[in-house]
Amino acid sequence: MPEYRWPDMSKRKVMGQRFSRLDGVEKSSGRAKYSSDLNKPGMLHAVLVTSPHAHAKVRSIDTSAAEKHPGVAAVRVIAPAGTEIQWAGWEVAIIAANTELAARDAAAKVKVEYDVLEHFVREADLKKVKTRAKPAGEQVEGDPEMAAKQADVVSEGYYGIPVLTHCCLETHGNVVQWTPDNKVEFNPSTQSVTSIRGDLARLLSVPAANIHVHQDHVGGGFGSKFQPDRWGLESSQLSKQAGGRPVKIFLDRATELVIGGIRPSGFANIKVGAKKDGTITLWESESWATGGIGGGGSPPIPYVFTKIPNRRQSHSAVSTNTAPSRAWRAPNHQQACYLTCAPLEDLAAKLKMDPVELLIKNAGLTARPDTYVRQLKKAAELSEWSKLWHPRGDAGKGSIRRGLGVGAGTWGGAGHDSTARVTIHPDGTVEVELGSQDLGTGTRTIIAQVAAESLGLRVQDVRVKIGDTNYPPSGTSGGSTTVGGVSSSTRKASLNALEKLYIEVAEALGAPADQLTVAEGKVLVKDNPAKSLPWKAACQKLGVKTISETGSNVPAQAAREGLNTGGVGGVQIADVSVDIETGVVKMNRLVAVQDMGLVINPKTAESQIFGACIMSICGALMEERITDEITGRVLNADMEFYKLAGIKDIGEIVVHLDITEENDKRGVIGLGEPPAVPGIAAISNAVANAIGLRVPTVPMTPMHVLNALAGRKS
Amino acid sequence: MSQFQDPEERDKVKGKGSGFSRRGFMQGVGVTGAVAPALIGTDAQAQTAPGVMGPAGVAIVLNINGKATKATVEPRETLLDVLRGQLDITGAKRVCDRGSCGACSVLVNGKVMYACSILAIDAQGKQITTIEGFSITGGKAHPVVTAFVAHDAQQCGYCTPGFVVASKAFLDTHPNPTYEQVQDGLGGNLCRCGTYVGIRKAVLEAAKMMKGGSNA
Amino acid sequence: MQPFEYASPKTLKEALALLGAGWGDAAVLAGGTDLLSLMKDNVMAPKRLVNVKEIPELKGITKTGAGVRIGAAVTVDELASNALIRASFPALLAAAQGISSMQMRNMGTVGGDLCQRPRCWYFRAGFGLLPTHEGKNLVAEGDSRYHAILGAGPAHFVSASSFGPALIALGAKVKIASAKGTREVEAAKFFVAPQNSETREVALQPNEILTEIVVPVSAAKNATYEIRQKDALDWPLATASVSLTMKGTAVGSARIVLGHVGPTPFDADGAAKWLAGKTITVETAEAAGKAAVESAKPLKDNAYKVQMAAVAVKRALLAAAGVKA
Ligand SMILES: Cc1cc2nc3c(=O)[nH]c(=O)nc-3n(C[C@H](O)[C@H](O)[C@H](O)COP(=O)(O)OP(=O)(O)OC[C@H]3O[C@@H](n4cnc5c(N)ncnc54)[C@H](O)[C@@H]3O)c2cc1C
Ligand code: FES
Ligand code: FES
Repeated sequence: MPEYRWPDMSKRKVMGQRFSRLDGVEKSSGRAKYSSDLNKPGMLHAVLVTSPHAHAKVRSIDTSAAEKHPGVAAVRVIAPAGTEIQWAGWEVAIIAANTELAARDAAAKVKVEYDVLEHFVREADLKKVKTRAKPAGEQVEGDPEMAAKQADVVSEGYYGIPVLTHCCLETHGNVVQWTPDNKVEFNPSTQSVTSIRGDLARLLSVPAANIHVHQDHVGGGFGSKFQPDRWGLESSQLSKQAGGRPVKIFLDRATELVIGGIRPSGFANIKVGAKKDGTITLWESESWATGGIGGGGSPPIPYVFTKIPNRRQSHSAVSTNTAPSRAWRAPNHQQACYLTCAPLEDLAAKLKMDPVELLIKNAGLTARPDTYVRQLKKAAELSEWSKLWHPRGDAGKGSIRRGLGVGAGTWGGAGHDSTARVTIHPDGTVEVELGSQDLGTGTRTIIAQVAAESLGLRVQDVRVKIGDTNYPPSGTSGGSTTVGGVSSSTRKASLNALEKLYIEVAEALGAPADQLTVAEGKVLVKDNPAKSLPWKAACQKLGVKTISETGSNVPAQAAREGLNTGGVGGVQIADVSVDIETGVVKMNRLVAVQDMGLVINPKTAESQIFGACIMSICGALMEERITDEITGRVLNADMEFYKLAGIKDIGEIVVHLDITEENDKRGVIGLGEPPAVPGIAAISNAVANAIGLRVPTVPMTPMHVLNALAGRKS
Repeated sequence: MSQFQDPEERDKVKGKGSGFSRRGFMQGVGVTGAVAPALIGTDAQAQTAPGVMGPAGVAIVLNINGKATKATVEPRETLLDVLRGQLDITGAKRVCDRGSCGACSVLVNGKVMYACSILAIDAQGKQITTIEGFSITGGKAHPVVTAFVAHDAQQCGYCTPGFVVASKAFLDTHPNPTYEQVQDGLGGNLCRCGTYVGIRKAVLEAAKMMKGGSNA
Repeated sequence: MQPFEYASPKTLKEALALLGAGWGDAAVLAGGTDLLSLMKDNVMAPKRLVNVKEIPELKGITKTGAGVRIGAAVTVDELASNALIRASFPALLAAAQGISSMQMRNMGTVGGDLCQRPRCWYFRAGFGLLPTHEGKNLVAEGDSRYHAILGAGPAHFVSASSFGPALIALGAKVKIASAKGTREVEAAKFFVAPQNSETREVALQPNEILTEIVVPVSAAKNATYEIRQKDALDWPLATASVSLTMKGTAVGSARIVLGHVGPTPFDADGAAKWLAGKTITVETAEAAGKAAVESAKPLKDNAYKVQMAAVAVKRALLAAAGVKA
């Protein structure tokens, strides 16, 4: 068996280089085809009819007029009479027609009568939550009563972080064709090409072998695109019903923002205590959250500083009549980070202590003290902390107040189950195939880099093929597990293939197979490099054969093999200016110091961190799903009032990639999620530092900022 | 004067109790017979004045990327939907469909516009340039494209064609942009993945490349 | 979107003949950036659209005896790049530049900006201009964070136009044509707060077209200050447009108009009168700002806008007078 270890950092030729992404030109030129771009012959267009009520019972549903509408090919009732609707946007019926317009027109003819029931959609105020809260048992560690009495300083506050929507620019949807021979062709917009086939097989009762899933690109997922979804299954049925015509469904924006995925909220009343010297001794939290009808789980608080000795935590899951949550780039970590780092900053303010110092002093309460101390110092340096930071509220007199704040995060990120197949053709062509997907993280590119590195070739010598169930299975792109999984499987498959190639060329090179190696496009003898064959010539020795070898990343073995691991820390420092007369917060700078493992492509790695920082800026300052208590609907299901930062709204972003020999030895660690964690807390803390008080809830829109300054409840 | 003269429309807006739709997403739901899509009755047709087209399909010719292109459209079809559907020109994306994100950007007589908010029928007689019309010509990538790739100004890439079109239009009128101008110029586009850092660099570099005459 | 007929007349006369007696009969299509969204949301469903972008009478920016004449179909971009506008009307220029999207500026027209419908989320969801649901006043009892703080009457949406306040402050008039002839309306009177849900929010009849805007040229110093959260395309939370006719170093007369805080642009008469005879300083500007919002009656969620509006006035005055804060 080959030695799968990564080559030494200093010896790598292709890995570690700042390659531009392989599909860059395709994407930037508009040629990249997303599933939502597909137009197939005879294709029908499907649209959903959804409930306007947040809670209701379907009394009757009549699709007869819709069925008769010209161009309509198939209609299905999803919520028959008697169905209890639990959120506005619940799928009630679906219609396929020759054109999208015809489908929409027909949808308007579906008559549904509802018995409207009482709904509950807003959870920010614990007093109003009442019976919708399901308390989980209290957890106590140490002696919080005693700790509260003995603490020199205790800080208490209410903190909240709202429901967000993923707002993927490519909405959820698919093109599907279920032909009379019981074969299903499925082109989704998904984070999980491989597993979606299994889901479809189970849910449509079609043998997996009859299902082919293919996707070239996906326009954003962020955790919301793992399943085939209700509309995926129903549109499949429509295709079958229509005799096997392809059916396309992609949600419209409003529907996307209502049912295409949300991040659960997190609210809490929190009390923290410390000794005069800043040693944190107490944590008490009463938290609640919603992720829809099923409530919302507790964020893992206290976060990062998990070892606070005396703790009391209670949590209630609040059931709201809103669409269910989905995984969100670092599920529950932003909430936990905000609900921990904000109270700690408030504590620091009360202690009249520099918050970076407070965190450094208490690094022992974390799982990786050295990392955090190093990162805190680095982030402080890059943000000019010692020059720009001031005690809370000491930001001068004018209307513009500048402030700095810090947040810390953590994430796993070890590689998922993945199998790669590397094929070497007699003409020297190399193909790498995986049933994986590139979410825009650069997956294609890093696969090519790993294969090229392993085979002694250049990136352009390798053809990467992903996004298809004809390729070996690869895990879902969630949890930042993709890069670890696919790099490791590609490495192993490449080396397995190479081993076979060595056998074929050993004779020609007059050396035993295990004495061969590759470098710079040649197969050569290890201790006699003069004896070599150019790659192409070596491959010609295959005659009519091709070599096709697989390699798998098996999470349980990965750590032992050393190809990938998980577990990183990260620190971010935000620098903001707040106009205290208008409440407008502007980003000056966000510094991200990210702990990491082996970095295959610093360019795409950096992009992940930039993107995560920008997402945090949106979350800290702009984004929130706004529900209406009276109608139970989402009021801002559009891109006008569901606000995202534009190009001028983000300030400067400084990324520090911790590429070191020491980190490199940890193997590959995912990077999509970790940098998406600390930003919101850091920005909130920076605002508190600037204006002298906490804006208790994010996003810190001008409304919330002015309300906080005026002592008004938001 | 009634705001909604049309009785059907008035009913609809009052929501007949509970049933009105939000942005089409709950269209028709529970609207007890109030929404009749074929609002254009025979009356309207009988009165049709000269030069009036539709509501049924109308044969039109669009000048797209320098080519006269035939299409049959209902007046209510947007340029974006006709491009993406009937004509299979899919670089422009439908994201918000309400003129607030820029993913659908195209050039109309050289000016960048939101194709989701232009009627196809209204685009007749104008030079429409989609990203396909300039991004790669003669096998050569436009400097904006090259710079976007070099600075990794795309992740999922779904907003990217819109940004590239907007950037080209911006550079056409600002050949020597400052950093500040780049930010002001691209305020009509949104990216969810957060590629703005790369875009800012890419546009500045593309400006330099274009002055170097590598492409125009 | 419901089906409709489309026409693109080449003259004003033809266009007027294509309009109907009711709002449901026909709608004027300018840039389409607002109208098409409303139609997609089924909030409007006119049976015919009359494109006015090809009508010469609605185009161009020219200097006339009465001032600067702006055709209703002039785009925001044409307005913002016009030398006459840039030279005399910084208040209008700032409003145009506030629409921070090239695409929107290339498409949106001045007429469309003035006639655009409210962005109230209840209105856009189909609950009407004075939205109610099951007997409840949606704005008053629902989420009013973006709604009105000023203006008497039942309407609580905010007038969306950024040009409205600037044009009112500048004393502009709008010209309106119908098959019967033309009429001229002061910009201030063009915006009306509907008293019931059957009326519109501008003084137009369904068979009329807004053809041009005439802005008198004077030596008045003018400015607009917009409070926006985002620099990218977004809506302001409050704006103020001011115009100051100076008498020496003091204000002779002033006009102060608030935007995005009432169902029409809000003419802060009292504050303007108070300012007469005073020199613009940080203190007087601030006092004028406070006076401008004296009659504010915030709803459940938007008390924050009162301060904002006052600040917008203060900053607009300082900008107009060239005083540094
Ligand atoms: C995200 C977003 C942010 C925005 N921010 C701002 C902002 O900050 N400030 C601002 O002012 N605007 C803003 N806008 C609105 C934009 O400026 C308007 O959509 C645009 O000005 C409307 O012009 P149009 O020509 O496209 O109008 P259209 O959509 O064509 O028409 C709008 C309405 O006016 C009527 N109409 C148009 N022209 C005439 C005429 N000549 N005579 C009679 N009726 C007519 C139409 O029938 C229709 O009812 C924003 C829009 C969006 C989507
Ligand atoms: S799709 Fe046209 S602007 Fe968003
Ligand atoms: S790259 Fe994904 S939305 Fe911009």
